[in-house]
Amino acid sequence: MLGILRQTVVAKLNHALNCEQGIGAVALRAYSSSSANKMTVRDAINSALDEEMSADPKVFMMGEEVGEYQGAYKITKGLLDKYGPERVVDTPITEAGFTGIGVGAAYHGLRPVVEFMTFNFSMQAIDHIINSAAKSNYMSAGQISVPIVFRGPNGAASGVGAQHSQCYAAWFGSCPGLKVLAPYSAEDARGLLKAAIRDPDPVVFLENELLYGESFPVSAETLDSSFCVPIGKAKIEREGKDVTIVAYSKMVGFSLQAADILAKEGINAEVINLRSIRPLDRSAVNASVRKTNRIVTVEEGFPQHGVGAEICATVVEDSFEYLDAPVERIAGADVPTPYAANIERMAFPQVEDIVRAAKRACYRSR
Amino acid sequence: MAQLIRRAAALNKSLPAASFAARGLATASTSSITVETSLPFTGHNIDPPSRSVETSPQELLTFFRDMALMRRMEIAADSLYKAKLIRGFCHLYDGQEAVCVGMEAAINRKDCIITAYRDHCIFLGRGGTLLEAFAELMGRKDGCSKGKGGSMHFYKKEGGFYGGHGIVGAQVPLGCGLAFAQKYSKDESVTFAMYGDGAANQGQLFEALNMAALWDLPAILVCENNHYGMGTAEWRAAKSPAYYKRGDYVPGLKVDGMDALAVKQACKFAKEHALKNGPIILEMDTYRYHGHSMSDPGSTYRTRDEISGVRQERDPIERIRKLVLAHDLATEKELKDTEKEVRKEVDEAIAQAKESPMPDPSELFSNVYAKGLGTESFGADRKEVRTVLP
Repeated sequence: MLGILRQTVVAKLNHALNCEQGIGAVALRAYSSSSANKMTVRDAINSALDEEMSADPKVFMMGEEVGEYQGAYKITKGLLDKYGPERVVDTPITEAGFTGIGVGAAYHGLRPVVEFMTFNFSMQAIDHIINSAAKSNYMSAGQISVPIVFRGPNGAASGVGAQHSQCYAAWFGSCPGLKVLAPYSAEDARGLLKAAIRDPDPVVFLENELLYGESFPVSAETLDSSFCVPIGKAKIEREGKDVTIVAYSKMVGFSLQAADILAKEGINAEVINLRSIRPLDRSAVNASVRKTNRIVTVEEGFPQHGVGAEICATVVEDSFEYLDAPVERIAGADVPTPYAANIERMAFPQVEDIVRAAKRACYRSR
Repeated sequence: MAQLIRRAAALNKSLPAASFAARGLATASTSSITVETSLPFTGHNIDPPSRSVETSPQELLTFFRDMALMRRMEIAADSLYKAKLIRGFCHLYDGQEAVCVGMEAAINRKDCIITAYRDHCIFLGRGGTLLEAFAELMGRKDGCSKGKGGSMHFYKKEGGFYGGHGIVGAQVPLGCGLAFAQKYSKDESVTFAMYGDGAANQGQLFEALNMAALWDLPAILVCENNHYGMGTAEWRAAKSPAYYKRGDYVPGLKVDGMDALAVKQACKFAKEHALKNGPIILEMDTYRYHGHSMSDPGSTYRTRDEISGVRQERDPIERIRKLVLAHDLATEKELKDTEKEVRKEVDEAIAQAKESPMPDPSELFSNVYAKGLGTESFGADRKEVRTVLP
């Protein structure tokens, strides 16, 4: 955790500035892998929270089990000991109430980080996220800005059933006034969360439970406490020329695996990690499609009115003449999530689904 | 024009009632008068404050003027709505003026107020001007929200007024959040989270109250019980309409909300309590003369006799008028002159607001974010209207 140890004065000075430019890692759109350092997504989020709380006394955390329990998924481990119960606040199981309290605190100028144990529970508080947070700056013509972050695991876990497996990217992503982020790697998690906490607007930060334990290589820049990833910019995880595969969160990993399989069959796929659902990096997606002429969108969420539908629309609107094949959408099945392992597997995209769709886009049969 | 604004602004501070002094009214303006509230307070899990309220000639005259101004503003808004200059929703506060005026007398601008959509007078009490109010109602750029909010979304952050909320009940957890921030920042100030008898049944209110009590937040929940949630009388909506008792372990006070001095006493008491002991509930027994909103005549679910009865017996402005006359602080004519003055101020503000232009079309896209990051945004036809958010 070099970032935590290196709380230098210089870092603090550069804090705000560097954040916008997303120093280092962002300048290169390529995958940064020059360092031997590895970090899990869990540690990435924990270190980001720690550093931002250390840098700004207005930042505080609230949510169920974030304090004494060390976090339901151990994401907030150690923070209560370090910052005390005024800044790491365990809440009762009352999402509507504590989300409203968080938004009210943000109105007054604090910078809350509100955790939903999973985003399925955000539906209990969704009025505060949309009507109290997202719209306030607009309705007040700039008087009331809401520097709040709503974070937590989103999408499917494993075997948790229909009420605990939904992806909310499309719902929150459609709402003006919100920023919606979906990190994939440890670098994404660190940089985007730090950017989110520093951002003056309400940010929905969609993590993924199954990614928490995954390790990713991280560069020295990523570990620096001033590290930020700019909001609204996608990342090209793998460059290619035959077909574009666009995904976010866990599906980025599946898409990279699919790209490896496709490579063996002579299809060179470009994999884009959206990072940001809102603002959506339409120019990155379109630039890629103009290069490859074929696109597959991948998401865990329900297909109708999903993120893939928006990407399809944007590509058809802005790059129609460049498309050599119809847009392919891979998404969660159009059903509530079942429990039994075999049909749960069918309810979510698998690597073979992405491979098949990419081949279809390339007019290749199985 | 500048004079108008200055006058309008001046009157909204609970400071020397400038116009009275200017008219040569002899007031030993800070000398103390003690008045008994007409009704006692009823406490729940707490000893209520005394019925004897300390006030002064200056305060009583200011109460009179402020409430007369608010009354006039709301009545004028009624006419503007019928003339179709105000659109959408318009929820009027006439009858309830004593609540916000009494509250302002007990607190300062570091304390916060948050309420629902019946917010015009509370906005004025927090330092908002008539011009800002009327221009906002008419959707003009000189409105307090630059015409972007409308009747339900007035804000005055520098005056400690956090809106102006359209979703019934949402303002209560938000208000507890303001109190959380005040405690976190060691501000020594409190938040008054206002809601109606309809909102009193909302679950999120109890969620927020539980946390406020758990964490000793300086939150004062103020139920403005005007006895009707839209068209539903309180006895049809609430199994127990003793809203001041709803807090259970949280103490409560029932207050005659038509008596500005009782309101002031209760708010002063509540502020002291909240700073030391955490949340308290105030139930203000009040009444609205208008219907729920301008689309509700307000007479299908209550009798005209009831409405006129309250106006006769309990009108907050008449109560202060009687007090002022009884203590010889002004003559009947002087009070009538004040009302004429106030009417003129309102008329001038409306005229000025009518001159204010509608927002520039570019305002469609302003303030979506505090920091737009150069994101694109779109109009109805994205090939026709497309912009970059600053």
